Amino acid sequence: MSKISLRSKRKFLLALLSLLLLLIAAMVVSVSVGSSEVGFWQTLKVLGHSIGLSDNTSPRVADIIVLHIRLPRVILAALVGAALAIAGGIYQALIRNPLGDPYILGVSSGAVLGSVVGLISGMAGNWLTTQLFAFMGAIVAIVIVYQVAKTGGRINTMKLILAGVIVSAFFSGITMFLFSTASGSTITNILFWMMGDLSTQPLSTIWRIAPFVLGIMVLLYLLSGELNLVMVSEENALQLGVNVERVKKGAFVLASLLTGAVVSVSGAIGFIGLIVPNMVRLLWGADLRSHLPLTALSGAGFLVLSDTLARLVLYPTELPVGVVTAAFGAPFFIYLLKQKVG
Amino acid sequence: MASFLEAINVSYGYRAPRRVIDGISFSIEEGELVGVIGPNGAGKTTLLKLIDGIIEPQQGEIHLKGRALREMSRREIAQQVAMLPQEVTFYFNFTSLEIVLQGRAPFLGGLRLEGEMDVKIARDTMAKTGTMSFADLSITELSEGEKQRVLVARALTQQPRLLLLDEPTANLDLGYQVEIMDLVRALSRQAGVAVVMASHDINLAAEYCHRLLLLKEGRVFCQGSPEEVLNERVLTEVYQCRLLVDRNPLSGAPRITLRSGLNSK
Repeated sequence: MSKISLRSKRKFLLALLSLLLLLIAAMVVSVSVGSSEVGFWQTLKVLGHSIGLSDNTSPRVADIIVLHIRLPRVILAALVGAALAIAGGIYQALIRNPLGDPYILGVSSGAVLGSVVGLISGMAGNWLTTQLFAFMGAIVAIVIVYQVAKTGGRINTMKLILAGVIVSAFFSGITMFLFSTASGSTITNILFWMMGDLSTQPLSTIWRIAPFVLGIMVLLYLLSGELNLVMVSEENALQLGVNVERVKKGAFVLASLLTGAVVSVSGAIGFIGLIVPNMVRLLWGADLRSHLPLTALSGAGFLVLSDTLARLVLYPTELPVGVVTAAFGAPFFIYLLKQKVG
Repeated sequence: MASFLEAINVSYGYRAPRRVIDGISFSIEEGELVGVIGPNGAGKTTLLKLIDGIIEPQQGEIHLKGRALREMSRREIAQQVAMLPQEVTFYFNFTSLEIVLQGRAPFLGGLRLEGEMDVKIARDTMAKTGTMSFADLSITELSEGEKQRVLVARALTQQPRLLLLDEPTANLDLGYQVEIMDLVRALSRQAGVAVVMASHDINLAAEYCHRLLLLKEGRVFCQGSPEEVLNERVLTEVYQCRLLVDRNPLSGAPRITLRSGLNSK
């Protein structure tokens, strides 16, 4: 390897390692924070024991609190954060616009509506069909927004945002309508996750979702070399030998599957897909082959920290995690918009 | 023996009745440097895109080494044909080296991971185009002329057999115009690369091209050596302006001088 590529490779590996360590640290801190009396050292003991590092001297109740209540939530936060950040990075590449984010583009609202339709109609009986409905909602939303914003082969930023807002509002409206017509017991089932909630899922759901989400991320990564060329322009990618239609469709479908998958368990959490990929790009460059892994780790860390904050700020009351991500995300969105449209 | 590149009665229109390219036929041999000139909207850029297979002719065929372009995959075409596009807006902060390395993409596998050889080729062409000093800078921070040279470096990194240049000198100062065109000429002479160059700069085309294709409203108005194509009668008719054609005192190539003032109409 020549000097230049070696230097950037080393820089990438260093960033990857640092972010991984930061993520693990954030997860450990997050697991040790909570309303019950299991502190940091006790948590470390329980965790240490669970991976066979120490003898178990902690009480049974601490075990349950750490491993069955707090840990699932933290793992879910990491998974959802990584997925939404990756989805944002992919949408940004596809529409060549830093404002691509599943929440802003209305994809999350589409996924919420899809899941709600599935649950209320009773057609989504198990987690897999719920996923399917969420995915269909997501894909309908992105197709509408993309078509509206496209003017002569280019994506118009203002139209894109307007289309996202409108699709989002419209889909949320239908969701509300469905709520008001549904029976009481169905509503309570759905209402929790719709507010962007990480706390309600048992470990079993996470183990089912995780391989799916990670699998899609790997598939998206396999497209990253070709997507790099699409990021410059579609004509550029064609000239350099890429079957653009195939790559574009594949990436849109996978990113929407990813969004649908996490929204169906955590509800619509905004702005991660906006903040994280843009920050990572500013710090470590645009090449998706390094950008996507760094984005996944940063997104995971960002949501774990946001969730920890959400639990601490009004302690002992919890905030929805979406409130925290919006507090960071909305100013960042305005900053990007100023830069872009100026 | 078939020509290296052969276009047979090619027509293309973006919107139904209007044809941007209307029944064009020509052929190009290896090592030949062909200039495409003509007024705005004559179809120069469209013709280059047709030759690159980015768009497919609605009528007629284009053959590369005897094979119809429409039967070749994008990757097969990109391994032989490189294009310098007229205008590229960059939205993301790729470095110049990353952009130049994209020229290796047609030869690489799934992730387009570049090897030692690819980086070496990229650095060579960057040295030749004077872009090495901003290899690690973001492409979005460069001036138009610097960007243009990075894109030239990328096209050369593709090591094409056919090089398509759309206004290659549009954003370049005089020094770099000569440097880049000398580089292109050396490539066609030494490596036998065929070059098709669309340009508004007729003097530049006359100086460097073996043959000119003068387009008007999507048709070949006339083609031949610069001496045959560039005369006052033809140019006045095509461009609708008054000009003087004499000889470049250094090379003897035809030279155009504009006459200001009254229109020939």
